[in-house]
Amino acid sequence: MATTVHEPPRNIENLDPSRLKNTGNGGGWRNLVPEADNLHSVQAYAPPPSSTAIWVVVAAISMTFAALTSALIVRRGGAVDWRHFTLPSILYVNTLVLLLSSVTLEIARRRVAAFMRGPKSGQENPARWLNATLALGLFFLAGQYLAWRQLSAQGLYLATNPSSSFFYVFTAAHGLHLLGGLAGLMRVIHKLNRRTLRRTTLDATARYWHFMDILWVYLLLLLWMKL
Amino acid sequence: MHDTAHVQVGPHVPKTFIGKYIFSLDHKVIGRQYYDLALVAVLVGMFLSWLMRIHLGFPSFAIPGLHLLSQNGAPGNVMTPEYYLQLMTMHGTIMVFFVLTTAPFAAFGNFFLPIQVGAEDMPFPHFNMMSFWVTFTGFLFLVASFFVGDGPTLGGWTQYAPLSAAGSVTGPGQGLGVVLWATSIAFFCIGQLLGSLNFITTTLDMRTKGMSLWRMPLTVWAWFITSVMGLTAFAVLMPACILLILDHVAGTSFFVASNLVINDQLQPHSGGSTLLWQHLFWFFGHPEVYIAIVPAMGIVSHILPTAIRRPLLSHRVLVYSMSALAALSYMVYGHHMFVSGMNPISSIAFSFPTLIITIPATIVVLVWLGSLYGSRIRLTTPCLFAIGMISTFITGGVSGFFLAQPSLDIMLHATYFVVGHFHFVMAVSALFGIFAGTYFWFPKMYGRMMNETLGKIHFWLTFVGVYCIFMPFHYLGLAANVRRYQAFVDDYTQPLLPVHKFITVAALCTGAVQFIFLYNLIHSRFWGKPAPDNPWEGTSLEWSTATPPPLDNFGGTLPVVYHDPYQYGIEGSTGDYVMQTSPEKIQTQHDEA
Amino acid sequence: MAKLLAVTIVIIAIVSAIPILRHTWWMPEDISTHGPPIDEQMSETMAEAGISFLASQILLAYFIWRYSQPKPGEKIKSFPGGAMGLVIAAFLLVGTEVLALGAFGAKAWADLYLSPPAANAMPVQVQAGQFAFYFRYPGPDGTFGPLHPDMISEANENFFGLDTTHDQDSKDDIVTAEMAIPVNREIHLLMHSKDLGHSFFVPELRIHQDFVPGLDLSVHFTATKIGKYEIVCTQLCGLGHYNMKAYLYVKSQEDFDSWLKQQAALQ
Repeated sequence: MATTVHEPPRNIENLDPSRLKNTGNGGGWRNLVPEADNLHSVQAYAPPPSSTAIWVVVAAISMTFAALTSALIVRRGGAVDWRHFTLPSILYVNTLVLLLSSVTLEIARRRVAAFMRGPKSGQENPARWLNATLALGLFFLAGQYLAWRQLSAQGLYLATNPSSSFFYVFTAAHGLHLLGGLAGLMRVIHKLNRRTLRRTTLDATARYWHFMDILWVYLLLLLWMKL
Repeated sequence: MHDTAHVQVGPHVPKTFIGKYIFSLDHKVIGRQYYDLALVAVLVGMFLSWLMRIHLGFPSFAIPGLHLLSQNGAPGNVMTPEYYLQLMTMHGTIMVFFVLTTAPFAAFGNFFLPIQVGAEDMPFPHFNMMSFWVTFTGFLFLVASFFVGDGPTLGGWTQYAPLSAAGSVTGPGQGLGVVLWATSIAFFCIGQLLGSLNFITTTLDMRTKGMSLWRMPLTVWAWFITSVMGLTAFAVLMPACILLILDHVAGTSFFVASNLVINDQLQPHSGGSTLLWQHLFWFFGHPEVYIAIVPAMGIVSHILPTAIRRPLLSHRVLVYSMSALAALSYMVYGHHMFVSGMNPISSIAFSFPTLIITIPATIVVLVWLGSLYGSRIRLTTPCLFAIGMISTFITGGVSGFFLAQPSLDIMLHATYFVVGHFHFVMAVSALFGIFAGTYFWFPKMYGRMMNETLGKIHFWLTFVGVYCIFMPFHYLGLAANVRRYQAFVDDYTQPLLPVHKFITVAALCTGAVQFIFLYNLIHSRFWGKPAPDNPWEGTSLEWSTATPPPLDNFGGTLPVVYHDPYQYGIEGSTGDYVMQTSPEKIQTQHDEA
Repeated sequence: MAKLLAVTIVIIAIVSAIPILRHTWWMPEDISTHGPPIDEQMSETMAEAGISFLASQILLAYFIWRYSQPKPGEKIKSFPGGAMGLVIAAFLLVGTEVLALGAFGAKAWADLYLSPPAANAMPVQVQAGQFAFYFRYPGPDGTFGPLHPDMISEANENFFGLDTTHDQDSKDDIVTAEMAIPVNREIHLLMHSKDLGHSFFVPELRIHQDFVPGLDLSVHFTATKIGKYEIVCTQLCGLGHYNMKAYLYVKSQEDFDSWLKQQAALQ
């Protein structure tokens, strides 16, 4: 005989109501079931889509860099034409710049909530910190370009050697994705100045930026070890 | 009431023609755009297959007008060897990417995923719109290759290096043709990644009240699982295509080895790895074929309960099985490379997960079959295609059994056996899923019914036709007929030529039958009988809303869900079926799993 | 309609099976020593696949027939055992079947690809290039001379890029466009590609191996029957792919020796 599955509500009574607020870690993927006459017990506390979205984006970008990493490892292991070279020292400076930009971003993020509550909070516009992040991001990209110039001055171009090929491909790929992050930052600054910024937008953008940071540190290690 | 603060862009009403139909943010319009793209693509792809089959069956036949398509490719209307390969490459690429990934996943998914979970739209409509237009741009790049220099690439949809990577010296179409191909596919990947982003966030975050994960219809599960696969698979193919382009235009040697001599010229490349391309490609390639079939499985699993008036034996088992297929799909890709020169131990290693993946696939088929037991089948056209899909999927799956074993692959690799296998599981089964979905959802999408008689004729002729076309492929393969040959000049293939003639005739006839479908589709869009809101007496959310759905899907009030989908034949209810949104209380029992 | 569909499905299934049962189109006769386990594997798999195919299609047809016209008052039923029963059946039946096939097949595979060639196997080299196979025999000195890709020239018929002026070992190498081997003698086939991906397939010999540019690969086998066979390329390599083939002659030892002498004279 055909049946229906009616799962008993799971733990709704035991949930701390304060956790039902949208903290970005909500229970969108828990099994929420209204008793026919108890609709109130089901809060629509799914996490904001932008939060899930960033994880999706992180996953996809990670897979892309994983593919490139395995290409690097296979290519390096397979042939005798690999020539090691020393990474341009400006890369280390760039890394510090990028790490610093994450710090300024975090400072900004913590101050934005207060600022968005209104002039009474006494918090002045933290846009300066966001502008600092933006500037540091641009410095990073400029520094990457300088690294490229340094390499080409040594005669190492895209096709010179597989090691240099991977250097350019990895740094270009990362740089392109960082540009996307910069665009996101500019959008956040714009909205902040008009006081239309939502917390979810800021959180998502910040997470992406930090991911770019972590990704760069990983790439630096990879390039330093393998190239 | 659903917290509308989560909806990033509410239903914003477009005012211009361009806003409504071209650059629309509405997931339903985007879904229809994808469907239309797939329709154009399948007609192009099918036309290419006709040209191929005519040439294979009747090699000296001069196809009238062929020289208009390509002066170089068909002087005097007789196809050159390279033109055959170019048509073949385009056929495969268009069909796999722009039909089989686009229609069951992007088209139907975009239209119905938000509705089936009770959302007003997807959370990132701008990205969604971008995903269509980026995919469409990819299609344009691909088609453009027909009109350049020496034509499209001839390296097969798999584009193995160094044929694909060493440049135009390897053959006609291998210069700009490859670059256009790789660019097209890179765009496609980005488009699908944007699509996956929306699918995943909608499924996880935009469900309406009461829509728990286990209450989502199987189509939603299928699209969700497919999106996760797409995320990882397309994100790997894209950098591979970029590296391929670099080998072409920048003189790098990712895929081209040293000391290669083509046309008596030593090639400038050095050190690249031929097998690297294959690993990257198939790491994407195998999940890709599951991306093609899982939505079709979801569609069949969704249509069957409505047609047989009882739920499937177990909702959860199907979800777990589809998930298992997706997870295992990453571990099996080496079965495309058994004799490729990779370590023979790897071949054995890859063969075991490939054999094991038979188990979840079998479970899915057994659940479908077992659900038919004791049911009440209504043989509507969607049901016919769903059943047809089960039959053809069994056939295709069984031939996979052989190909999973390296020792048998010695005999079957690169023969027509492989071509028969993948056409059955993709070109036929996934296609039947698309047909089933079309006949099922057309009323909801366009507010009109398709012609049921024409639908049935379409089914019957197509079902018999595809068996006539593709079953002989297996016999040819067993007899060692090699694939990707534009003509059969070897001694041992001469006795097989009559089989090829038979296949060609079957292909042309079955292809012609598809115009019945096309006519039905177009005619019904404008002149079909107006459709009621729930013509199939279905229970999922798409049937609870107006036909066609309004801009915000539910006319201002989001539905509340009380039941699992597929509550048919309920004892103790007031009718034969209970919709998900019906507050009616019914007897609770546990799932049969 | 339902009954017609059921009958159609059964007819399609049976008609599809007939050419298989009658071996109307089938693998060519095996002439190799390592082939019998492969052929046995094929028969086993065909039997199991055939039974699964026929059983499931017939079951599908039966259910369509039976349940399209329910008797009045007939209640909707559930498959006995529910989904769990089917899951267990799938794991047990399909699981054991595939693991058994996998294990036996692995042995057949390993015998060919994971076993080293015999010490006295006769070495023959094959080079694949757009769009022909060329073969090289080491000659009386038993060694192959080095290859110089920069010296390859179709025009001069220096297919392998041999430097017979400077390389001693190359002087007696024998290059041919057709391959001949003595019957019942193990052959060690050394494979490399001149330009891009190709593949070496001789159906009767149960041998199939891709050429990989940049890699030196080899296979070994023993032919057991005298005759003329075809080597075909199965890895898409360009417009001439369909025509890329060479003849393989399996000869008696005496015939082979005289053939080799003739070829040496033509160098």
